Amino acid sequence: MTTTDTAVTTLTVSPRRLVWQRRLDALTRSWVLYRHNRQGIVGLGFMLFFIALALAAPLLVSPEDIEPATAQGQPNHSPYAGYPLGTDNFGRSVLDLVIVGSRISLLVGVTATVVAVSLGATIGLVSGYYGGTKIDVGLNAITNWFLVIPWLILAIVLSSILGASVWIIIVVIGVTSWAQPARLIRAQALSVRARPYVERARVLGCSDRAILSRHILPNVAPVIFANAILTVAVAILTETTLSILGLGDATAISWGVIIEQAFSAGAMTNGYWWWMVPPGIAIVCVTLSFTMCGYALDEVLNPKLRGR
Amino acid sequence: MRLRYVARKLGWAAVTLLFVLCFNFFLFRIMPGDPAGLLARSQRLTETEIAEQRAIFGLDKPLLSQFWTYLQETFSGNLGTSYLTGLPVLETIGTRVWPTVLLVGVGTTAAVWLGLRMGIKGGWRRGSTFDRSSLYGSLTLYSTPEGWLGMMLLIIFAGSFGWFPVGGYDSGEDYTGLAHVIDVAKHLFLPAATLALGYGASYMIVMRSSLLEVKDEDFIATARAKGLTETMVRRRHAVPNAILPSFTLIVLSFGFVLGGAIVIETIFSYPGIGLLTYQAIDAFDYPVLQGVFLISSVAVVIANLFADVTYGFLDPRIEEV
Repeated sequence: MTTTDTAVTTLTVSPRRLVWQRRLDALTRSWVLYRHNRQGIVGLGFMLFFIALALAAPLLVSPEDIEPATAQGQPNHSPYAGYPLGTDNFGRSVLDLVIVGSRISLLVGVTATVVAVSLGATIGLVSGYYGGTKIDVGLNAITNWFLVIPWLILAIVLSSILGASVWIIIVVIGVTSWAQPARLIRAQALSVRARPYVERARVLGCSDRAILSRHILPNVAPVIFANAILTVAVAILTETTLSILGLGDATAISWGVIIEQAFSAGAMTNGYWWWMVPPGIAIVCVTLSFTMCGYALDEVLNPKLRGR
Repeated sequence: MRLRYVARKLGWAAVTLLFVLCFNFFLFRIMPGDPAGLLARSQRLTETEIAEQRAIFGLDKPLLSQFWTYLQETFSGNLGTSYLTGLPVLETIGTRVWPTVLLVGVGTTAAVWLGLRMGIKGGWRRGSTFDRSSLYGSLTLYSTPEGWLGMMLLIIFAGSFGWFPVGGYDSGEDYTGLAHVIDVAKHLFLPAATLALGYGASYMIVMRSSLLEVKDEDFIATARAKGLTETMVRRRHAVPNAILPSFTLIVLSFGFVLGGAIVIETIFSYPGIGLLTYQAIDAFDYPVLQGVFLISSVAVVIANLFADVTYGFLDPRIEEV
């Protein structure tokens, strides 16, 4: 009875709606699995908190308070009333700086990831789909080259040539960290390509482009997403490293820039711990939350990993 | 077959390095401002002086002939002259190699030892208190920027406790023999610890997950059925099979470790290639930056070649792929 029931309902909806219905079902199933992953839920909680903080920053901190000329606090003061995390050398509240810094840090992390993952996904998908052909060999060689060379040093060299600006840092991180996603996505595309329904689509006369976008991409998309979450963590850490080396954009306060300013102002030798500790803890929390979400997603998508 | 495998890997390493050379050349020429323009950015030069510099760099010649000269010069060991020191780049880098080799060598060895041990111990008893705490500890350390970790260690152990010096390679005193070794070791401890903690954490995560993958294989059950003790099963059957993938990942991360060394050396004013890079960034010393990228690429490619070849011998299955 039930089988006929489903058959009847299937006939009443259009194929397109059916596809979306199935995708929604799969998403719901994944969410149920994800919800039971404690690590994933804790990570997601922290991640949403920081995203909310970044969005709400303009409401919480007024621009005058983080402007060196108009800041009201006493310079280099340890935590006191009204300044729970103390002040920097301009008398700006460190708490305000950390709140405002979340915007640039997350912006760089997420945007650089979009650059890296779209580059990596395109190259990986095309390379995997044309697996074994000259296109694949060429793209794979480029990917392997980027995997092998010391990319962090390349990023340092690139940003010192191109100059310090948020957008340049985003492009530099994106261009130097796409190889890892590309390799992963290529492997996925190779395995999806071998499935019978792809062959069927080809027999039915689908173009390469249609097969790639309609059949392979939707299947690889979850893996791309999980990888992107992990890449955000790496991008935030890379931005911090570049900033600490003085390659950051000093006009756009990120957590890395705060640490660098504290370091060059001698916060370490003078013992101004309140200036250096909070931005670092913020970076650890955000990176950890993205990493935890990424691992949890990986577990949901890869049944072999479950229960670890 | 083995020879063919080694030859293929050698060929790939050569091609990679050739790519690095091309990349290095075009990167510094096509980017905003040529070397003379970049020089003008760091020092105030008149138009004629810039033109003179152009002639010295050979920038008035066509690009292809410039590239040819560049290849010839690079292969004969001439990487240009540092703006900062006025010495040849190779010599400038050469004087800074030892501290970095020491730091990266000691740091990586400690990281590998720590990471593998913890990963094996945790993975073998999945879900135990040790496993959970070391996994979360590693995830936290993995999420910590090395530079900031170094600053924290510096504030705590050199600042508050005063157990270690705040930076440098040695204290500059005329120590000899054992006293000198202790002096150098004291200065090395914190930067090497930063490196070991930062990268040991990711090695732990990798080792743990590859051990978990091996643990449920049939041959482990067979080994147990033979009546081997748990320790023997782990040592003889599980670890040797799980260590290979970790080994590749560790070598692949070598380039990343070199990048991390730049920040760590900067924080601890440790006078190696990393600190040199930081000074070069500050002074727009592009020939040195170019040289650092080239030399670190050569180091990484050689490390990978070494790993690939050893891997080929350790795991015979690799040749079939």
